[in-house]
Amino acid sequence: MKISTMFYTLRQGIKGIFRNKLFSLASIATISACLFLFGILYAIVMNFQHIVKTAEEGFCVVVFFDNNIEDTRKSEIGDLIRLRTEVADVKYVSASEAWSWYKERYLKGHEEGFPTNPLEHYDNYEVYLKDVSMYDSLVTYLMSVEGVRYVRRSDVVAEALSGGNLLIAYVSLGIIGILLAVSVFLISNTVTIGISVRQEEINIMKYIGATDFFVRAPFVIEGMLIGAVGAGIPLGLIYLLYNKIVLQVGTAFPALSERLSFLPVNGIFDVLTPVSLCIGIGIGFLGSFTTVRKHLKV
Amino acid sequence: MSRKEEKRKRRERMIEENGLIFLDGVSKVYSAGAPALNGITLHVNRGEFVFIVGDSGSGKSTLIKLLLRELTATSGKVWVMGHDIANLPHRKIPKFRRNLGIVFQDFRLLKDRNVYENVAFAQRIIEVPTKDIRRNVPSILATVGLAGKYKAKPKQLSGGEQQRVALARALINKPSILLADEPTGNLDPKNSWEIMMLLEEINASGTTVIVVTHNREIVNAMQKRVVTMKKGIIVSDEEEGEYIDED
Repeated sequence: MKISTMFYTLRQGIKGIFRNKLFSLASIATISACLFLFGILYAIVMNFQHIVKTAEEGFCVVVFFDNNIEDTRKSEIGDLIRLRTEVADVKYVSASEAWSWYKERYLKGHEEGFPTNPLEHYDNYEVYLKDVSMYDSLVTYLMSVEGVRYVRRSDVVAEALSGGNLLIAYVSLGIIGILLAVSVFLISNTVTIGISVRQEEINIMKYIGATDFFVRAPFVIEGMLIGAVGAGIPLGLIYLLYNKIVLQVGTAFPALSERLSFLPVNGIFDVLTPVSLCIGIGIGFLGSFTTVRKHLKV
Repeated sequence: MSRKEEKRKRRERMIEENGLIFLDGVSKVYSAGAPALNGITLHVNRGEFVFIVGDSGSGKSTLIKLLLRELTATSGKVWVMGHDIANLPHRKIPKFRRNLGIVFQDFRLLKDRNVYENVAFAQRIIEVPTKDIRRNVPSILATVGLAGKYKAKPKQLSGGEQQRVALARALINKPSILLADEPTGNLDPKNSWEIMMLLEEINASGTTVIVVTHNREIVNAMQKRVVTMKKGIIVSDEEEGEYIDED
């Protein structure tokens, strides 16, 4: 293809959007509406997952040692734990650190009745997991390690976190799947109608001797541009709204915002931008490509 | 001799022996009803001017569609410029059509493009460089008498002017054959005559012209070859013929 033909095709694709303003607007509005819903849902789901993940990261099991074991054995136990694939981090808490934390948390200035550290044999390892779903296998292992007296754990919390995470993943996958299917249907219908009303134009081109490619290319470019604009609008809107909404939630529900941490806007848009653009442009491409093909048999 | 050269020579021989257009026992049957064309045979030589006349349902439009390769014959052979067009693969049809200029009763212009763009479009599809298009389009518009209206949109033109644009578009790529399907059907007598005079000029310059028409006055006045069709068959084919009434 000559360069001049390429530019001509590109110009015709852009002009086509303005020639059929009504259908272009309808297509852009449909794509924008669908991708706006998709974007909002994605942001909500990602924040839920982030909140659960944050909770998971703070969740730990505590390993206490047998009385009177050597410090070297304690170090060995620490090394053994660090080697486990389930483990994200291991933190040693000495007896005095444990006592300080306890005093601060529960006694608050009433510790005069304890002349010595009552938690002398409660130095421990706090073991943080990469994924709560690995909780059972890790606890079973820890309890089997020689020198470990006791493993403090919370099966209920672990189960709730792990189950909650799975539930969110399944529900969000389901909703996003349905939403995408509906979007594809709606958008390709709108693109199809927009092209069908221009069947006569396609027929004329074919009678004059235009190749399928020459007829199709401007329509495909038009479809892709409509898809890109249709994806860009909701992305812009969500970008503007996101920080405001997060700020609003923090102001309206201060107790909630202390416990929950929301994803930064870039954390959402790193994935949402390419995915939305791919969906918009992809549907514009496929919708126009397949619809024009139906009208090329002249 | 290369294969391509051999094919070209075979086509030339075919044209010499049977004419630029050759229909050999062609029938066309649609899914239901009587055949639209029933075993017709027709030769059209280079440079001829042929009127095809007949009442509605006589098969004129089907004949044009066969020549355009919009339809294929149910039986028989259609040769256009030495090509057996039933055997043309889909991808080669556009190139084949570029040798045909086509003019319709309803003009079929791209409504959202101006006169210049409508005519230039025919050159765009064969990838003529833009600088050549800028030279060729005004020249052909001057030939059809529309030099001053290149910026106008089709709806700003009269029927006669729109048909001139369609003619300019059909001619700009210098086709070997011009097919005109009821070119004066939507025009008043004055414009009809002007279009016919243009077609005669085009024919005089060497282009084979085939005109499907109902216009008795024009057919009788122009004294050209007249092929009369009735119910899918050719009932008369005369040099300097006249429009024959069905009765």
